[in-house]
Amino acid sequence: MMEAAAQEKILSAINDKFEGEVIEAGMIKDFFTIILKKEKIVEVISLLYHHEETKFQYLTTLCGIHYPDQNQIAVMYQLHNLSTNQRIRLKIFLPAEKPEVNTLTPVFSAANWPERETYDFFGVIFEGHPNLKRILNVEDMLIFPLRKEYPLEDQTREDKNDLMFGR
Amino acid sequence: MMDVTDEIAPKIEKEEKQYSYLNLGPTHPATHGIFQNVLKMDGEVIVDSEPTIGYIHRAFEKLAEHRPYNQITPITDRMNYCSSPLNNIGWHMAVEKLLDVEIPKRVQYLRVIIMELARISDHIICNTVIGVDTGAATGYFYVFQQREKIYEIYEEICGARLTTNIDRIGGFERDFSPKVWEKINTFLVEFPVVLKELENLLSRNRIFMDRTIGCGGISAERALNYSFSGPNLRAAGIDYDVRVMNPYSSYEDFDFVIPVGKNGDVYDRFMVRNEEMWQSLSIIKQAIKKLPKGPFHANVPEFYLPPKEAVYNNMEALIYHFKIVMGESDIPKGEIYHCIEGGNGELGFYLISDGGRTPFRLHLRRPCFIYYQAYPEIIQGSMLSDAILTMSSMNVIAGELDA
Repeated sequence: MMEAAAQEKILSAINDKFEGEVIEAGMIKDFFTIILKKEKIVEVISLLYHHEETKFQYLTTLCGIHYPDQNQIAVMYQLHNLSTNQRIRLKIFLPAEKPEVNTLTPVFSAANWPERETYDFFGVIFEGHPNLKRILNVEDMLIFPLRKEYPLEDQTREDKNDLMFGR
Repeated sequence: MMDVTDEIAPKIEKEEKQYSYLNLGPTHPATHGIFQNVLKMDGEVIVDSEPTIGYIHRAFEKLAEHRPYNQITPITDRMNYCSSPLNNIGWHMAVEKLLDVEIPKRVQYLRVIIMELARISDHIICNTVIGVDTGAATGYFYVFQQREKIYEIYEEICGARLTTNIDRIGGFERDFSPKVWEKINTFLVEFPVVLKELENLLSRNRIFMDRTIGCGGISAERALNYSFSGPNLRAAGIDYDVRVMNPYSSYEDFDFVIPVGKNGDVYDRFMVRNEEMWQSLSIIKQAIKKLPKGPFHANVPEFYLPPKEAVYNNMEALIYHFKIVMGESDIPKGEIYHCIEGGNGELGFYLISDGGRTPFRLHLRRPCFIYYQAYPEIIQGSMLSDAILTMSSMNVIAGELDA
């Protein structure tokens, strides 16, 4: 649980340098979550990394989320300050047709594979990524399988007989 | 007549340096799992490498979006299959966090016992395999007997050994029988002797030390930048342990030490894991000593299967039974992140529920996946045999890597 003062500190650190980047901020369950505009996300994370008051120097995880109703793909970053044990979540929303955002690899080497994974499953293009190609799926796959429009199983499969039990 | 050897001999330009390429894996016995690494070699020195992963990718995150919450547990089994109870219990705690359930103290303590046993079984694999890769296979077979004992304890509790599906949302499926306690107590007596012998065999062994000290090292700064966690991060000298930082399941009640290394090399990883096993043993002993009395599951009728007699004789129980089995229990909307200290580090579950029968999105933070990307950097400039040793000491588990 993060106190209000600490939340205020993080928000003012961002607002001092990047006015108007924060769209929304608040607690979701026990996690302080900030929704940001996508343009300056890497700069904001870099600021949180270097800023004296915040020092979020550990990238816990990074992943994509598809919201089919809004036709948007969110990218979620979770940062952790290991000395004060504060965790925050940053979220950006990208249009599903053309999800593009700058890469986080210059700040965190750890962002490399999670970004490739997000590209692999959601088709998010991370501009400037050193090696943006599929990581877990086969290279000649044409779809981005974790998007909601793709069913669990390939519907064109013919090697399974579903006369009796269905799929 | 021209000499035949002139024709088949490769035409090498004098100035230009030639590299050879080596495919390490995907099914090489020394990789202990299905990983491929294409190594660019200058003689026996690795110049560059490119890991390819995904050989056993099973789309857990997609599968989870089509399964009711209680049916996701068997999926988590198959992540880090060396310590599946940790994954099971971690997942259940994540769901309980979403449901806001108060878990009885006894369940928390029982979970701690199981989780620490799982941690021991995970570390046994890693440490003995380091031994095998340095040429000491004796320790492997000797200590693996004790791993078998841990499996027998799981078996007594839940009926399964490797992919355990232990624990339920809310607590255990049944209380531990006297046989379980008997087996745990025998293990607590027998294992320290065996562990001590493994320690004696390797930890001050000159050959082992020469082979492992300074091999596959990573600095604390790089390890943090690569988001290392668990024993690998602690070996580099950073005392980050989720059990202490964000205590879950009553870990704050126990007294234990976080071992840290200094150089982040193979030897330090070995020693950190070794010490963690001793600490786990101590935690189990404390948990048994302090074990409170009480129910072995929380009161969550919507997620915890009622006893069979009640299903036949009681209408509510029948309804709940039906709902659970068909996966139609109501679940609140929410977005949570829960992490536990897995065998390899911070095992996180990022879960978004839209109130439907299945998660809207489940993201698994698998520690292996995060830290294995540092592998090319670690092995750059080292020998081929060191690369193999580095991989086994990092304890990369294919199931967790690929999910």
